[in-house]
Amino acid sequence: MQEEDIYSELSSIRSLMERSAKFISLSGMSGVMAGIYALIGAFLGFKVVYGNSYDLDYRNNYVNESEVLAKLFIIAAIVLLCALLTGVWLTIREAHKKGESAWNPVSRRLLISLSIPLITGGLFIFILLIRGNYSIIAPACLLFYGLALISGSHYTLSGVKWLGFCEIILGLFAALFPGYGIIFWTLGFGVLHIIYGSLMHFKYNQ
Amino acid sequence: MKILEQFDKAFENRLRLQIMSVLVANTHYDFNALKELLNATDGNLASHLKALEKEEYITVNKTFIGRKPNTQYSASAAGRTAFKKHLEALENLIKQQKS
Repeated sequence: MQEEDIYSELSSIRSLMERSAKFISLSGMSGVMAGIYALIGAFLGFKVVYGNSYDLDYRNNYVNESEVLAKLFIIAAIVLLCALLTGVWLTIREAHKKGESAWNPVSRRLLISLSIPLITGGLFIFILLIRGNYSIIAPACLLFYGLALISGSHYTLSGVKWLGFCEIILGLFAALFPGYGIIFWTLGFGVLHIIYGSLMHFKYNQ
Repeated sequence: MKILEQFDKAFENRLRLQIMSVLVANTHYDFNALKELLNATDGNLASHLKALEKEEYITVNKTFIGRKPNTQYSASAAGRTAFKKHLEALENLIKQQKS
């Protein structure tokens, strides 16, 4: 056996082990798009809460009217739906480009490990909404999302883990400064997604 | 040559080595997923899986999902050791050729 043959054999084994255990067809663009949707959503949410007065240094607007709450809830739901649909669509496209199927044992495992913290968090936030504990909804979103990313990162690109850590740190800060939820929410779901998505896009799509 | 003796006969076939790489990296893998990942045909994959099973390098767990059979394969402890040894032998061969 020639030396090059053994090298290529070893590297093909390594790539096979990696491909069989990690789902790497996540598209960086879906992160960027999710971030953009979140920024648009945050802007709309900001308008709903504060009206047209951009007076940040004196807070006399509180989120407790049911009409405002309903609007915010609808905006958040639309943002989430758009981000998910775009993400799924781009991931399937990316997988097809690589000649793989997007639905395989690894993506199933990734989905399961993501959804346990996400569904727990979703139900928890729903309970907070019902009980009127609005002030910790934004931190809870960020915390559970960060935990979901870290738990899912075992089955995908390692960058996802760092995104998860950043979300958790932001979530803790958001809990420390109640009332500024929308700012942390914008940073976590908007800015971080765009930064992460562009990093991944340039790292893997060149 | 001593190093050639360290090569595992069971891994001489490329597909078998590939099957083993996947099973070592994962707790278990099912037949259809293996087929898709390795671009193998049913018959070819099945016969090599049989061979590895005969060596007791892999364990087979047959279940049903509804009416469809679902066969899960996983690497046995012996299989993991053999795989590791085989890779070490490959690496040793490179080292020897370099010196």
